[in-house]
Amino acid sequence: MRKLPTPIIKLHNVTCNIGKRLLWENLDITINHGEFIAILGPNGSGKTSLLKVILDQFPEMSGEIEYCEENRVLGKPLIGYIPQQKPFDPTVPLTGRDLVNLGLSGNRYGFIKSQINNERVNQILERMNCADYADKPIGTLSGGEQQRLRAAQSMVNQPDLLLCDEPLLSLDIPSQQNLAAQIHEYSQETGAAVLFVTHEINPILPYVSKVLYLANGKWLFDKPEKIFKSRVLSKLYGSKIEVIELNDRLLIVGGEDESLTTHGHHHSHEGNFGDEH
Amino acid sequence: MNINQYLSQPFAIHGIVAAILVAIACGLIAPFVMMRGLAFAVHGTSELAFTGAAAGLLTAQNPILGAYVGAVIVATLIGVFGNKEKERDSTIGVTLAFGLGVGVLLLSYYKGFASSATNILFGNIFGVTNWQIWLLGAITLLVILIMALIQRPLLFASVDPEVARAKGIKVKVLNFLFLYLLSLTVTSAAQVVGTLLVLSLTVTPAIAARKISAKPVTVTIYSIIFALISSVGGIFASLESGNIRPSILVSGISFLIFLICNALHSKQY
Repeated sequence: MRKLPTPIIKLHNVTCNIGKRLLWENLDITINHGEFIAILGPNGSGKTSLLKVILDQFPEMSGEIEYCEENRVLGKPLIGYIPQQKPFDPTVPLTGRDLVNLGLSGNRYGFIKSQINNERVNQILERMNCADYADKPIGTLSGGEQQRLRAAQSMVNQPDLLLCDEPLLSLDIPSQQNLAAQIHEYSQETGAAVLFVTHEINPILPYVSKVLYLANGKWLFDKPEKIFKSRVLSKLYGSKIEVIELNDRLLIVGGEDESLTTHGHHHSHEGNFGDEH
Repeated sequence: MNINQYLSQPFAIHGIVAAILVAIACGLIAPFVMMRGLAFAVHGTSELAFTGAAAGLLTAQNPILGAYVGAVIVATLIGVFGNKEKERDSTIGVTLAFGLGVGVLLLSYYKGFASSATNILFGNIFGVTNWQIWLLGAITLLVILIMALIQRPLLFASVDPEVARAKGIKVKVLNFLFLYLLSLTVTSAAQVVGTLLVLSLTVTPAIAARKISAKPVTVTIYSIIFALISSVGGIFASLESGNIRPSILVSGISFLIFLICNALHSKQY
């Protein structure tokens, strides 16, 4: 049931500030069905904030967001969200299965019939290969297992748009590749668009259809082969940047960009912005 | 008197009914208190309910109404100022110490018989009146109804607030709603076990339940059962003993249940 590349969401002239600091100006992008969009940029460039804008949780913005799926509930597309990794406390009374279930019915009040839900939860658990540990307390699972369950939670209600905030962080390389492949597969099957914030382009490089690069209050939005050019990135950063291709991997060298490190630890300051308002 | 003779006395029946009502409400909210890290908030609310009780006694001869008003004010303050756990706990700590002092000061101005206010500190289950039973019944019913309605979104907002917000759940509204339910429940429990021992019904049962299950529904059911065993068991034990205050036995049984669950705890959970 792959949908044609029709738009899901359009951003018109969106400008965002945190306090007096400008994140980016006049962002003007259209996100279509089936697109896999990597969001790159240095710390503090507003990658997480962009996801918050789309979630309608960012207070200091101007511009317009147009949701194109008006047939859906509330005139918004269904959105799945994998937040920045924050491990669960071991004492939380919640199994992995419960977490995934919340993605399906967690926003519904009162009593509901859960039979159909159980089936859908089982399906996604199988699909994401987490059925084996789904009945253990979520807080006792490893970071990678928790992250896989979060991904399952974000997909269980078949959203049109998946917002992923550094989902690969702290995973080992095989798990990174595996999770990235599964998110891509979901997008291919359902026609959902994926917005993928990352410091590490290489695990998702084979899937990326477009790149949104944020830096210095500016932005670039284009196909990866047009963005990953020394000349283009140097202009965006305003300093010398080299893009080196090495056995299907990209190395971006120079400037102060962490995306060139293969295991960059992310300390974003805009990460918890939504909590404070 | 033996237990059977006690059970023909209205004061004992009132006490048992009150204990059942309070235990249901406490057991129901306890898992969320645990998930949200609100144990200290419970303690703060209940101690400041004492201040409210003293104020209520002094101004209107009504310590119970004063306690509820005090608890609701505290819940509002926690909701407004305490979004982060650390901030919340230091705010409560500061207010708690001051508020308790004010309560004792207010009580020293009261010329009448002050046992009604000190009863809030240590509980007075055998002094529960008819209208108190109605009040406790109404509050318990309200807590059950609202919790049944909001359980799933509240669970979501408690364990995973960021994603819950992304799913359109009004996390802040639920925070406030829960704090108000908590303040009503805590003040009700204070009438049974006293403000000093409220934690034995609003925190301990959930922590014990969590030791033997990780499923939210199962934990809630165990938590209610444990609260019921503790409160009703404490009353029977107190009647049997003749001279030990029920609140002490309630907290004792609650702690015993925790110890047993802790021994049964395995890595599986």
